[in-house]
Amino acid sequence: MNDQTLLQIRDLVLYFKTSRGDVQAVDHVNLQLHKNKAVVILGESGCGKSSMAKAILRLLPRNVSQYHGQVLIDDLDVMTLSDEDFRRQVRWVKMSMVPQAAMNALNPVLRAGDQVAEPAMIHLGLSKDEAFDLAREMFQNVGVPVDFLTRYPFELSGGMRQRVAIAMALITHPQLIILDEPTSALDLLTQANIMNVLKKIKWETGTSYILITHDIATSSELADEVAVMYAGQIVEVNDAKSFFAQPLHPYSQKLMASVPRLYGDEEPDFIPGRPPSLLHPPTGCRFADRCHLRFDKCDQEPPTFWVDGHPVKCWLYEKDHQAASYTSSEAGDAS
Amino acid sequence: MSIDVKATPERVQADSDILISVENLHVWFELKKWGFSHVGWVRAVDNVTFQLKRGEAIAIVGESGCGKSSLMKTLLLLNRPHKGSVFFEGQDISNIKGKALKWYRSQVGYVQQDPYGALPPFMPVHRILEEPLIINGVKDKHERDERIRQALQEVALTPVEDFLNKYPHMLSGGQQQRVVIARAMILEPKLLVADEPVSMLDASVRVEILRLLRKLQEEHNLSVMYITHDLSTVRFFSERIFVMYAGKLVEQTHIEELLNNPLHPYTKALLTGTSVPDAANATHLKEVPPGEPPSLVNPPNGCRFHPRCAHAIAGVCDVKEPLHFEPVPGHFVNCWLYEDGRTSFPE
Ligand SMILES: Nc1ncnc2c1ncn2[C@@H]1O[C@H](COP(=O)(O)OP(=O)(O)OP(=O)(O)O)[C@@H](O)[C@H]1O
Ligand SMILES: Nc1ncnc2c1ncn2[C@@H]1O[C@H](COP(=O)(O)OP(=O)(O)O)[C@@H](O)[C@H]1O
Ligand code: SF4
Ligand code: SF4
Ligand SMILES: [Mg+2]
Ligand SMILES: [Mg+2]
Repeated sequence: MNDQTLLQIRDLVLYFKTSRGDVQAVDHVNLQLHKNKAVVILGESGCGKSSMAKAILRLLPRNVSQYHGQVLIDDLDVMTLSDEDFRRQVRWVKMSMVPQAAMNALNPVLRAGDQVAEPAMIHLGLSKDEAFDLAREMFQNVGVPVDFLTRYPFELSGGMRQRVAIAMALITHPQLIILDEPTSALDLLTQANIMNVLKKIKWETGTSYILITHDIATSSELADEVAVMYAGQIVEVNDAKSFFAQPLHPYSQKLMASVPRLYGDEEPDFIPGRPPSLLHPPTGCRFADRCHLRFDKCDQEPPTFWVDGHPVKCWLYEKDHQAASYTSSEAGDAS
Repeated sequence: MSIDVKATPERVQADSDILISVENLHVWFELKKWGFSHVGWVRAVDNVTFQLKRGEAIAIVGESGCGKSSLMKTLLLLNRPHKGSVFFEGQDISNIKGKALKWYRSQVGYVQQDPYGALPPFMPVHRILEEPLIINGVKDKHERDERIRQALQEVALTPVEDFLNKYPHMLSGGQQQRVVIARAMILEPKLLVADEPVSMLDASVRVEILRLLRKLQEEHNLSVMYITHDLSTVRFFSERIFVMYAGKLVEQTHIEELLNNPLHPYTKALLTGTSVPDAANATHLKEVPPGEPPSLVNPPNGCRFHPRCAHAIAGVCDVKEPLHFEPVPGHFVNCWLYEDGRTSFPE
């Protein structure tokens, strides 16, 4: 871990118990995040994105069957902390979260300003007045008029409520904010305005983000790095520039091809089939059923191969395979 | 140049190419205090006029609350016009009831945003599709079964046997939306109204569903009204596009023309606001108008977009409602910038 590393996740596992077996929602995930960077987690509905966020912040439902791995933040493995220490030292203080559909989760009987001020009182030990002043500052940062401090959530539009939820996650000045689909339910221009807010906060405060989304186009507004999740596993991590230009994993390539574009002649394409069940995921490559490039080897689970420093979970990137396809294409050229 | 687009019913009737004609349509909802005393109106659709041809697909684009669904629901006669009329094949249907209403509903299929919410959870697919047939008097059980199988085949839920007895919760979001589409198509309607049909689905599933809708449109010479807030899906299968803002149609033209020559400042903002996947996006802020759409109870005077518009002309835009201009043939816009004959957006 060098001094630019903020977060390191190693072999993180979160399974849920159900009557039909374990749901392997987060299955040995590895991820690293640098200071003041944003990593985007992309993937289809149900692939485990929100579960991963919950695992990182230890916001667990009752039916957990397995939960282990390492989550190092500033060299401290927070997985080793007791629940009480985790609450006191980590949640809100080091990392906070804007949960999926946060705008509908605000407390309806509390004024927006009081709600935003609360974590500052609890976790920073501020007085009510101090916390309220800080809340006012946060409202300005996220672009909510300060006279909304005294309004109730139902008096605000969806976009304004979402900004309030972001203000709440910001108020304790955490180093890391996890944003779960922060703009998916919002209108285009509201979405663009909120992405602007998130960018400014990142530039001005040095915060890092984990941005969870299925919206590839919008994710590029914030991404320094992209991690692609498929059926509970991370199948590729890449820097944004390489990823949006040319992703490595066949699934990432297909995802990218499914994005409709405003201009150009290319028609978006879809990925045939559906992701596998996380109750009994296939033993080989989990994408094999839908992969246009599968070959014999794909019946076995692919390990992580490193391609120019980027991890990719696909047999195509095994050295032998690459050598083989290289020689065969050379042979093709020669003939 | 301002033009008057009021078509008389006779003129509409003469043109058998036209399936739906909407004239000066107002959809207003009464706002009441304590349930009875009138306090005002929500002007969800305010003086909208357009025509839809047979076999044509048009898209309506705008942000939530701008009146898209209210317009649709009026076409489905779930709402009645407050003022103005809707003509179907030349007949004024604004106030039809009884048998005529039942017949009209069989001519219009409806695909809504949330497929799960649209399907009764306790009915298997077979029963969901059978219901409209029973209501519309298809008495022969054999014929009903045959049409249900056909409808499922058409939306590619095959082998049909695998789906007939499934309940909605056993299907993926994309499959649920296919059932909704099969139900909308089963009475062989002439018009399909699709209100944000893919906004709840994953990108890849979106493409599948949009392709399916396009296939149905082409094969059945269907007219389609596609409602969306996502401009990048519009090109997929519609020819013309209407942009709505705060209850008003503000721009209408062909899609390629709109993408290459957007005229209304709001349309321009929607185009700028639409992201394409590109790492360079993260390095700068997007220039989008601040604020949010206005309340439709007390919309701003003059142009409803003026409080957010960087091009607003003081003393004009905040006072007078913009007229309907046609700066480029076939390209209509309601904005004062085009009063003097300008044909493209001011840079
Ligand atoms: N408490 C739970 N008990 C059982 N299964 C669960 C639980 N929470 C989530 N799951 C399952 O775990 C898998 C991953 O869910 P998760 O919510 O993490 O997906 P996601 O990627 O965030 O999806 P979306 O894009 O729809 O938000 C899904 O199959 C889901 O049904
Ligand atoms: N039945 C109703 N009663 C009162 N107001 C309504 C009703 N239906 C819609 N509205 C209001 O009309 C406006 C337009 O709504 P809608 O047509 O649903 O917009 P969109 O589909 O573009 O999001 C909104 O302000 C909405 O709250
Ligand atoms: S391992 Fe095989 S099946 Fe899996 S993504 Fe790579 S090529 Fe496709
Ligand atoms: S009429 Fe005026 S305020 Fe309205 S969009 Fe045009 S320039 Fe802007
Ligand atoms: Mg989620
Ligand atoms: Mg709507």
